[in-house]
Amino acid sequence: MNLHAIRAIYRFEMARTFRTITQSIASPVLSTSLYFIVFGAAIGSRMGEIDGVDYGAFIIPGLLMLSLLSESISNASFGIYMPKWAGTIYELLSAPVSWLEAVIGYVGAAATKSLMLGALILVTARVFVPYEIAHPLWMVGFLVLTAVTFSLFGFVIGLWADDFQKLQVIPLMVVTPLTFLGGAFYSIDMLPPFWQKVTLLNPVVYLISGFRWSFHGVADVHIGVATGMTLGFLALCLGFVWWVFRSGWKLRN
Amino acid sequence: MPPIISVNRVGKTYASGHEALKDVDLDIQRGEIFALLGPNGAGKTTLISIVCGIVKASRGTIRVDGHDIVRDYRAARSAIGLVPQELHTDAFETVMATLKFSRGLFGKRPDPALIERLLRDLALWDKRDAKIMTLSGGMKRRVMIAKALSHEPAILFLDEPSAGVDVELRHGMWQMVRRLRESGTTIILTTHYIEEAEQMADRIGVMRKGELILVEETRALMRTLGKRQLTLSLAQPLDELPAALAGLPLALSDDRRSLVYRFDAHADGAGIAGLLARLGEHGIAWKDLATEESSLEDIFVDLVHGERA
Repeated sequence: MNLHAIRAIYRFEMARTFRTITQSIASPVLSTSLYFIVFGAAIGSRMGEIDGVDYGAFIIPGLLMLSLLSESISNASFGIYMPKWAGTIYELLSAPVSWLEAVIGYVGAAATKSLMLGALILVTARVFVPYEIAHPLWMVGFLVLTAVTFSLFGFVIGLWADDFQKLQVIPLMVVTPLTFLGGAFYSIDMLPPFWQKVTLLNPVVYLISGFRWSFHGVADVHIGVATGMTLGFLALCLGFVWWVFRSGWKLRN
Repeated sequence: MPPIISVNRVGKTYASGHEALKDVDLDIQRGEIFALLGPNGAGKTTLISIVCGIVKASRGTIRVDGHDIVRDYRAARSAIGLVPQELHTDAFETVMATLKFSRGLFGKRPDPALIERLLRDLALWDKRDAKIMTLSGGMKRRVMIAKALSHEPAILFLDEPSAGVDVELRHGMWQMVRRLRESGTTIILTTHYIEEAEQMADRIGVMRKGELILVEETRALMRTLGKRQLTLSLAQPLDELPAALAGLPLALSDDRRSLVYRFDAHADGAGIAGLLARLGEHGIAWKDLATEESSLEDIFVDLVHGERA
């Protein structure tokens, strides 16, 4: 294992984060805080409880997941796309670095940034909305698993994209709508029966539901199913990255 | 001694069907400076990119320092430093940070003393904390060389190293390349500056349309393919060449005051003494003479246009 390479990539990516701290951290924290103010403190105070949880507290896992997913994807996809765009990818490709070492470096840094962001959002949420965490270890575990999985998904997008439009199209046109429709602001029990079944086709439902269970002990789907679905997606992304590095698709041609 | 790089029937055909390399065989000897010449699109950069692991070969095998570049890629790539043709740099990084990154990427532990020596050798020490985007083109080129050398490779690829740099910097770079060779580094360079190859390379390879059409020691190449030209200033203008001299590669200048004789220096019967004697037999007197030797550039142009291949 080329540990020096992993460390070099990780430090390089983290340095990029701190160079662009406003864009990387402050901006998503601010936008999520606005959600808490509007939906939690203002509108939430006029809403009833959902599944026995105050509405302001109910939306915390969903809002946190919304930021976590979009930032994980964005961090990792930019991390690998920028060297491709600038041409500096030649150095990674000509170095004695395996696909797994590249993944650990880039995805590790992207996930770290997302986790920093998640922690800041949790602290910020406390300012606007009182909440308790029912299963803190599960919450941290699920947070880490989601950050890693979606950073890996972002890495896949960065490998696939060959222009900036492609880099943005999946996060904006697919992930964000799926997150909004995945129960970030409501329980899927509130939907008509037909749409409850349709919603179960949305993978983000399982993420938000699992994460909400770790906060409030209530969920639309079982925590085991949510964890299994996330691990399955993680394995799928890993398999794709392995294939890209092995075949050289969009990298070594 | 076994070659440090052994390229065996390597070919590259892109998905579009374009055949960029056609079964190239090439051995690079340890410690030599090898220049790869060829017009744009000849396949030089493709060949280098395959050896370095940036592009996958469609067929064939390559060994670097005894290691197969696919099966034993870690050992093979660790031996190579690459300075690509384009100025690909991390614009927002500092010079020092980018060198540390490169060294780490190649699996080497930090060595501040080595990085300082490299930066001083390349006149970049004063710029170590400057962002790369603030540097001139020549400085960026030197940063890329420093990055390629930061893991102390045994082999250095320089793809068009002096493209777009001024004369002073180019000569500085040549000196650096010679110093590297003296320290045992094998250097493979591609260049459009024929003078660069002629002055620096131990051996020259010429590529054309994906094929390696010639590999020769530079001196031997100049000896065997170099043509010479003798110009005789005549004592009296000559109306026309005598018929007896018509079979010789001899031409009368437009002003009829000089004769130009082109010959292969090592061809049989190319002697100047014999020519001068025959001119004397026909009463043609001369007052001065000058000889010129064809440059590598002339040879290269002939080769890539197929006249000598």
